[in-house]
Amino acid sequence: MRTPYDAIIIGGGHNGLTCAAYLARAGRRVLVLERRECVGGAAVSEQVFPGFTFSVFSYVVSLLRPEIIRDLDLPRHGLHILPLESTLTPLPNGDYLAQWDDHDQNRHELARHSLRDAEAYDEFGRLMHQMSRAVKPLLGLIPPDPASLNPRDWFELARLGSHLRGLGATRFHALHKLLTMSSADYLDEWFETEALKATKSASGIIGTLAGPRSPGTAYVLLHHYMGEIDGVFRAWGFAKGGNGSVSGAIAGAARSFGAEIRTGAAVAHVLLDRGRAAGVVLEGGEEIRAKRVVSGADPRRTFLELVGADHLPAEFAQALERFRFRGASGKVNLALGELPSFTCLPGNGPHLRGAISISPSVDYLERAFDEAKYGEFSTRPYLDIVIPSAIDPGMAPPGKHVMSIFVQYAPYHLNGGWTDARREAFGDAVIDTLAQYAPNLKSAILHRQVITPADIERTVGLTEGSIFQGELTLQQMFWLRPVPGWAKYRTPIRRLYQCGAGTHPGGGVMGASGRNAALAMLEDGA
Amino acid sequence: MLKTTPFHGRTAPLCASHAWRRWAGYVVASSYELTHEREYHAIRSAAALFDISPLHKYRVRGRDAARLLDRVVTRDVARAALGQVLYTPWCDAAGKVLDDGTVARLDETSFRMTAAEPGLRWLQDNALGLAVAIEDVSESTAALALQGPASRAILQQLTDTDLADLKYFRITAARLREFWVTISRTGYTGDLGYEIWVEARHAEAVWDALATGGAPYGITPAGMLALDVARIEAGLMLIDVDYVPARKALLEAQTSSPFELDLAWTVNLAKEQFVGKRALVREAQRAPQWQFVGLEIDWDALERLYAEAGLAPQLPGVAWRTSTPAYADGKQVGYATSGCWSPLLKKYIALAHLRSPWAAPGTLLELEVTIEHRRRRAAARVVKKPFFNPERKRA
Repeated sequence: MRTPYDAIIIGGGHNGLTCAAYLARAGRRVLVLERRECVGGAAVSEQVFPGFTFSVFSYVVSLLRPEIIRDLDLPRHGLHILPLESTLTPLPNGDYLAQWDDHDQNRHELARHSLRDAEAYDEFGRLMHQMSRAVKPLLGLIPPDPASLNPRDWFELARLGSHLRGLGATRFHALHKLLTMSSADYLDEWFETEALKATKSASGIIGTLAGPRSPGTAYVLLHHYMGEIDGVFRAWGFAKGGNGSVSGAIAGAARSFGAEIRTGAAVAHVLLDRGRAAGVVLEGGEEIRAKRVVSGADPRRTFLELVGADHLPAEFAQALERFRFRGASGKVNLALGELPSFTCLPGNGPHLRGAISISPSVDYLERAFDEAKYGEFSTRPYLDIVIPSAIDPGMAPPGKHVMSIFVQYAPYHLNGGWTDARREAFGDAVIDTLAQYAPNLKSAILHRQVITPADIERTVGLTEGSIFQGELTLQQMFWLRPVPGWAKYRTPIRRLYQCGAGTHPGGGVMGASGRNAALAMLEDGA
Repeated sequence: MLKTTPFHGRTAPLCASHAWRRWAGYVVASSYELTHEREYHAIRSAAALFDISPLHKYRVRGRDAARLLDRVVTRDVARAALGQVLYTPWCDAAGKVLDDGTVARLDETSFRMTAAEPGLRWLQDNALGLAVAIEDVSESTAALALQGPASRAILQQLTDTDLADLKYFRITAARLREFWVTISRTGYTGDLGYEIWVEARHAEAVWDALATGGAPYGITPAGMLALDVARIEAGLMLIDVDYVPARKALLEAQTSSPFELDLAWTVNLAKEQFVGKRALVREAQRAPQWQFVGLEIDWDALERLYAEAGLAPQLPGVAWRTSTPAYADGKQVGYATSGCWSPLLKKYIALAHLRSPWAAPGTLLELEVTIEHRRRRAAARVVKKPFFNPERKRA
């Protein structure tokens, strides 16, 4: 009997869809199997409350690879990225710090807090830009293995080496610091304004159970800058229709190339035939065969649940056990009857069309982390807020609004575990925190959806609710992601591949893992 | 929001063109009238009044004030006389120009520095261990440039200070009507002219005094378009247009040393130490790779090219700022960064960066011109800067 599919993709998240689209584009017959009724994984838009569309989990586009946008012609399939122009950090004293898109406006605002910082800002931005330009080629690369004896790995490493030498001394030293320091310490070398340091350092801790003073977080700052490097390309912003339209556009592209997408099709396990992947078995018992199987699920789910540790080399299974997930973030999505009015900048204004960050000081963030470190959610958490309806009015009924609040920290391993009561208490802490800065918030709320890491795990299957499919920390990046020696999308099971954010280069709705995996499979003759 | 200068209450009603532009985060007039022509001619034939408040201004005071400035800029500040103003660039450690501006010695231990880019942090960082106080007075100090042959006469009737004694690149405190100001004999037009520095709260009153006193002499408020033509005629380079400050450069190749900007005369290698000295000492031992020169585009050649297209020559009355290739022997040997038709000299002139072998005065080149959508090359000649250098500037 002829095998019907060249590849089955487990999971219709944006990486699975990207992988499917690239394979289908290369003429392969592919089938995407998604457990939920909608595709997108953690990049979904749902009407949780009638008339109000929420980007339920991920909520902005920052790192989506431009080559994917081009290769798959995503704008033709409905992707429209709207700019997020600013970041507002309200302060407890009634003042605020804003970072604006416009250079002059931004400088004037920073100068209000520190003339030195206003000057340092440009220099810092330029250095980070140059550094991320230097590091960016790594993102599109199937990571070479420094421990390998394969000449190709050596060739790639040599290329990387000469690339790094090309940085010049100053930037090489900066890279060394970024790789070793905490984001707070690194930013201390540049700035004196607490709110600026805190707001910038926050991008070093997102999705990770680490505080701004935890070593290694400086590098994650750089990771964040890579989204901005394609500034001209405008890959940074808010996807019209919510992040579900990112997945929707990729799915549309995949279908246009002939990919088949089945929703409501949960995979129970990977079908093995003489040690090789040969297809999948659905939860209903249906068996679907394919020449190759690629999993967009995270590494632990893929190998320990869908394959089974008994089929894996022991050291590989152990390495997976050690791979850290430790979800640390939650979401609160609100349907609002009116816009929030901030004490520091009352009423409507451009500041509501950008990000709003509750990060008044590094101490504030570190204290929020302290609680999480010992198994509690932060009573005064870090919040990263956007009001999608202020940018894209179609997200809510006319005059009404939706608000997306990303919250940290909400540790997956909560003392006593997550219960409905704890979830609501967590939601209350978030609302109380924000209401300190926007007093009309509570009365404006029509509906609230609170999402804990346990909810993320249950709903979209991300282990421990880790939004990056495994912490994005230095010891879990590049050739170490997810398992040393198995960072090239291939696995110890022949014909089984991985394409999720648990592989290099990691999370952030980049799509790079999906693309790289497809390229690896095609290289293998898929 | 953009800021407005302390003169905005006066300049805004005058700005019939509604042509505003940004300068260092402020709005200033491109031209007040619908075209800048009359404003330009005022610079050369009467007097033009410019609002130059957006300049960054720093007050540097203390026992080590001269030492700090000597550490930062390339010229010899310690030897500057009281009341002397130095035009100078300053560099990064690689000897690449960060900015250019002036340092004025107000008294033994007190200086005012002007800069095009914010420079407080750079000054502070270089002041470690020195007994010096640095104050950013950019907002509290308003500034006007009064430029043109009638500028002395206009100013003299408003002050008891004898301006005949105020030599080129000198500064003095003076009372202008009832307001204390400092007047420097400096400018960005290459003409006789003065710059007037005043506390922001007296800005409008000083403007009014000049406007009233200058009316019989034809004083004309002038905007950046007129200034741009005048400064090209004067051979004066403009940051971000004629050179990329090292701090903004994304590539090393975009940076320039003072030698490459025709500023060798500002580099005092005999000074004990200053930022970039090591690199500049090394560079001084070999000829610079690039030179910053004046170009004069040949009229006959230009006329011929236009005639081939069936047109009379069209001339840039507004200065252009797009990098334009310059060729010699068929290959590119440099690029012009700004250029304009000089209404006074009746010449088409440009400022250009050329590789040194082609930078000597008299060298014949070709400059790209676009005529009816087609790129052509017009003959051009390297000439000495400044293009316009009247006696009265220094007299």
